[in-house]
Amino acid sequence: MSETRYPGMGPAAAAQRVFALVLRYVYLLKGSWPRILELAYWPSIQIVLWGFISKHFTGEVSGAVEAAGALLAAVLLWDILFRGQLGYAISFLEEMWSRNLGQLFVSPLRPHEMIIALTTISLIRTLIGVLPAAFLAIPLYAFSIFDLGLPLLAFFVNLMVTSWALGLMVTGLLLRVGLGAESVVWMVMFLIAPVSAIYYPVSVLPDWLQAVAWALPTAHVFEGMRAVLFDGVFRLDLLAGAMLLNLFYFALGVVIFMWSFRAARQRGLLHQTGE
Amino acid sequence: MPSVIDIRNLTKRFDDVAAIDGIDFTVEPGSITALLGANGAGKTTTIAILLGLLLPTSGSVRVLGEDMLRHRYRVLGRMNFSSPYFDLPQRLTVRQNLSVYARLYGVGDIAGRLSELARDLDLVDLMERPFRGLSAGQKTRVMIAKSLVNRPDLLLLDEPTASLDPDSADWIRGYLERYRQETGASILLASHNMAEVERLCDAVLMMRAGKITDRGAPQELIDRYGRDTLEEVFLDIARGNGQGASDKGQGAHDKGRGAAA
Repeated sequence: MSETRYPGMGPAAAAQRVFALVLRYVYLLKGSWPRILELAYWPSIQIVLWGFISKHFTGEVSGAVEAAGALLAAVLLWDILFRGQLGYAISFLEEMWSRNLGQLFVSPLRPHEMIIALTTISLIRTLIGVLPAAFLAIPLYAFSIFDLGLPLLAFFVNLMVTSWALGLMVTGLLLRVGLGAESVVWMVMFLIAPVSAIYYPVSVLPDWLQAVAWALPTAHVFEGMRAVLFDGVFRLDLLAGAMLLNLFYFALGVVIFMWSFRAARQRGLLHQTGE
Repeated sequence: MPSVIDIRNLTKRFDDVAAIDGIDFTVEPGSITALLGANGAGKTTTIAILLGLLLPTSGSVRVLGEDMLRHRYRVLGRMNFSSPYFDLPQRLTVRQNLSVYARLYGVGDIAGRLSELARDLDLVDLMERPFRGLSAGQKTRVMIAKSLVNRPDLLLLDEPTASLDPDSADWIRGYLERYRQETGASILLASHNMAEVERLCDAVLMMRAGKITDRGAPQELIDRYGRDTLEEVFLDIARGNGQGASDKGQGAHDKGRGAAA
């Protein structure tokens, strides 16, 4: 008889499967210190580079001190978004690169459990990547992102959810198209970067592009960040906008992923993935 | 006792091409059944449908008494699978890989089960080594261990001894035979190795161009075609020489099922 602890249908069994998949990604990180180093390397380099640039302009232009703080905060928040999406999609790509996707889906693992595991590992990878950069900025530039206080938590949660929504859409595409769409994983964030109001306000954009920007949760988050830094105000209207849009995009991401999963089962793509 | 696998009028089309064309077959409890056929005959497609990786165009698929198209999660934990076309994460050690899959399948005593598999499949010295550093034969043993981690009631094997040297292949066959005897599990395997099929299998399903062209016990097929080995029968069917015998094969449908039982 099969040696199954659970009939496989209850929440305890589901939690066990999610834990198993998270463990698989943790093993991968644990087994390779260059991978862990790489996670922290790029955000740290970014903060060092932009920190010195902003320090230079602080001495040259009046009123640049607040702008420098906003720039560093923007760099760190952008990295949360970027690393979150990469952490999600690359973990999924690992399964395709190692020709393991088919094995996973003939086990009792459900697609929604894979989504939960990928969001968990994305969170872990983002924290490993962004926290060292955030701590580095404190002694180097006397700038602490943690001074944002509770709003930081709101920004962080919203950016993570946006990154997962994008991760879901990208992995849905990978399921449909295969590794031919691999480069989209790296490109997709730069597609929304110009209209996310990361380093400049939405008002800088032409009118028609402003409408596009306000349709993205990221613009609400970065405008909210500037409101806290420049005006000392935490704008709940922007937070609400970001949350509602995130809800919509995350649900859309889930629909796209599940639809792609079904299409992959119809077209026999799940057992044909690999390098 | 109900069949472990019961497939009826199963068809899978990719655009205009029928990869599987209206096949019916059953696999009986405790039997080892072979799916034989040339490349592209539809063996892997059939196995992918049985595993729920691929949706059929039409037909019904019952596995361990459940409708796979509607309730596959009720039985996936009681099945398992191994194929040279899939791999395990390369950078994880053998122990890490097996422990991840043990958790996915809800195995109770993971450490105990892994020790048992390591001992049975001669993996003790390999457990802490990364999967990517193993030889083809060692990898196959690990894949078999993965496929047995949950002590499945139904084991699906796609070319289980492909790329193995004769000694390793013989060792794997012996192990699968013992597993079947000890657990009463059923095994469906796709293979190109006719000697393997003659040694292991109670029943054979011959596939060609998405259809089952003949079926029966290995010796029955050899006798029916007037040949000395199953390989010669395979060649007859693969080259279309068995067309005349095909009708007999249909007539022997029930005999084949009997053999499987």
